[in-house]
Amino acid sequence: MTQSRFQALVIPAVLLLALAFLPQFGTRFYIYLVSLILIQGLLATSLNLLLGFGGMYQFHHAVFYGTGAYATALVLTKTGSPAWVAFAAAPLAGGILSLLIGVVCVRLSKLYFGMLQISLGSLVWTIVYRWYNFTGGDDGIHGIPVPDAISSGVGAYYFTLAVTVVSLFILYRIIRSPFGMTFQAVRDNPVRCEAIGVNVRVHQLIGMVIAGAFAGIAGSLFVTVEGSVFPELMFWTLSLEILIMCLLGGWFTFFGPMLGAAVIVSLQTFVGIYTEYWTMVLGIVLMMLILLLPQGVLGFFMERWIKISRSEEN
Amino acid sequence: MDFAANLTLSALGQQILVGLSRTTILFIVASGLSLVLGVLRIPNLAHGSLYMIGAFVTYSVAMALGGGAFGFWLALIVAPVLVAAVSFAVERGIFRHLYDREHLMLLLFTFSLTLVFNDMVKLIWGADYRSLSPPEVLKGFVTIFGLPFPRYNLFLLMLGPVVALGLWWLTNRTKIGKIARAAAVDREMVGAVGINVSRVFSSVFVIGCFLAGLGGALVAPTQNITQGMDHAIIIETFLIIIVGGLGNIWGALLGALIFGLTDSVGILICPQFAIVFPYAAVVTVLLVRPKGLLKSTW
Repeated sequence: MTQSRFQALVIPAVLLLALAFLPQFGTRFYIYLVSLILIQGLLATSLNLLLGFGGMYQFHHAVFYGTGAYATALVLTKTGSPAWVAFAAAPLAGGILSLLIGVVCVRLSKLYFGMLQISLGSLVWTIVYRWYNFTGGDDGIHGIPVPDAISSGVGAYYFTLAVTVVSLFILYRIIRSPFGMTFQAVRDNPVRCEAIGVNVRVHQLIGMVIAGAFAGIAGSLFVTVEGSVFPELMFWTLSLEILIMCLLGGWFTFFGPMLGAAVIVSLQTFVGIYTEYWTMVLGIVLMMLILLLPQGVLGFFMERWIKISRSEEN
Repeated sequence: MDFAANLTLSALGQQILVGLSRTTILFIVASGLSLVLGVLRIPNLAHGSLYMIGAFVTYSVAMALGGGAFGFWLALIVAPVLVAAVSFAVERGIFRHLYDREHLMLLLFTFSLTLVFNDMVKLIWGADYRSLSPPEVLKGFVTIFGLPFPRYNLFLLMLGPVVALGLWWLTNRTKIGKIARAAAVDREMVGAVGINVSRVFSSVFVIGCFLAGLGGALVAPTQNITQGMDHAIIIETFLIIIVGGLGNIWGALLGALIFGLTDSVGILICPQFAIVFPYAAVVTVLLVRPKGLLKSTW
């Protein structure tokens, strides 16, 4: 127990230290890559709150990410508000959209929920895609005036790192809170929860709003790093890529999605250098994964690890 | 202003006809998806890709045979059959090992198929769009309600009921259809009475995918055949089968009608955001009946 406690503290600490000093020795390319991994990792972790801890099939999570990104971008470009308003707008917009979509969707469960959610999310995408006057349509918005302090590669990186770490910490605390415990109980047995007086739908709705808000935060980080937004940010294929990150990293673990994001984003970047058919590579990797490792990579190794430590105890 | 000018009675009537011909395509594709979902419990995201492949193959076959009427009619048969063959290989090769997995895994697996199929389409046909003209007989316009109406859409309008009737016959009058309906309700029981469930599943999957290919083949002359035409259709058909009731073919017909009509009438009211109308209709229906209009097999 003490050993695993020790590992649980030391590994993140070392990792965090390495990330904090990355700009000292990493090239611009790697700083950018790690920023993207952190953003998509935060996005995948927020999805996993619903998927792994809530048992909800949120198929279209990217829509809240895109909404957050657009909220920040629109406030920065169209109003003269201070920057913090733009960054506060992202979780707000993500949360509100989550509430709207959630109210319709939580009446259903599992696959029904997921299919309706992906459809309603796609409607948001369609509106953004066609509303040229407001969102810039399929061109998106470029040259967004991000505040000077965080507009450089290194500045954006540190901002992303700080926000991601704080967000992950809050998400972790939420999962460990009484609400989080009830939320997991709803995942395991919704019927019994209903019977003992837990309002299942309200819990699921709150979970969706939290996840949507954090996805929005990830979206605003994307604006910081990239300086532009475009409708692909909320296209449903991105949502499925995030689902894959959760699956790949292991969706019953907290840090699994972050690991999955690291693998997928790196794969995307490095395979993308050699061939334009990188999605086919992703598809084949995914097929192998589903056929061979249904628990995900981290889940697979954790299972092995638990087995080994148990056999040692005996 | 625009609204008043456009919304004459004949324009409305014509838009309804356009909507109905669109409904035919939507129904054909959605019923295939619904069939697979109802019996095999697979939410097949690759259904849209198969539809796209159907359209591209139709183009290629028609062009290879000189672009004439004969080529077109032959393509209309070859394309769905080819799509069915591909799906047969996938089902026998991979899917049958995955039936007891969770829905989420199945969904992600079909997504990985989508990724592979779409890149294969890009590899074979390139990134450009194609367009195919209908055969001579179906070119041009007829006058309905005093306005020109494309002959090809008229053909689709007549085809819709034929396909619906064929599906009804298949599911209610043939042995395989009856077994498939039974398997949708209780697959263990069907296995217990000595029926080879695996073979039934395989046939249903192939029929469902055949319908995707058929939809793609039929839509080919009406729009540009492009990369990405799979995305729109898969989301639309998802909505259609949700509103109709998962796994219910008549639900798919009802859903397609709602979707096709609200979309085409919405164009008269607000062209830029016409797409919002079918979604609004679907959400309204679901607020009243969360599990769809007709009885779901789930």
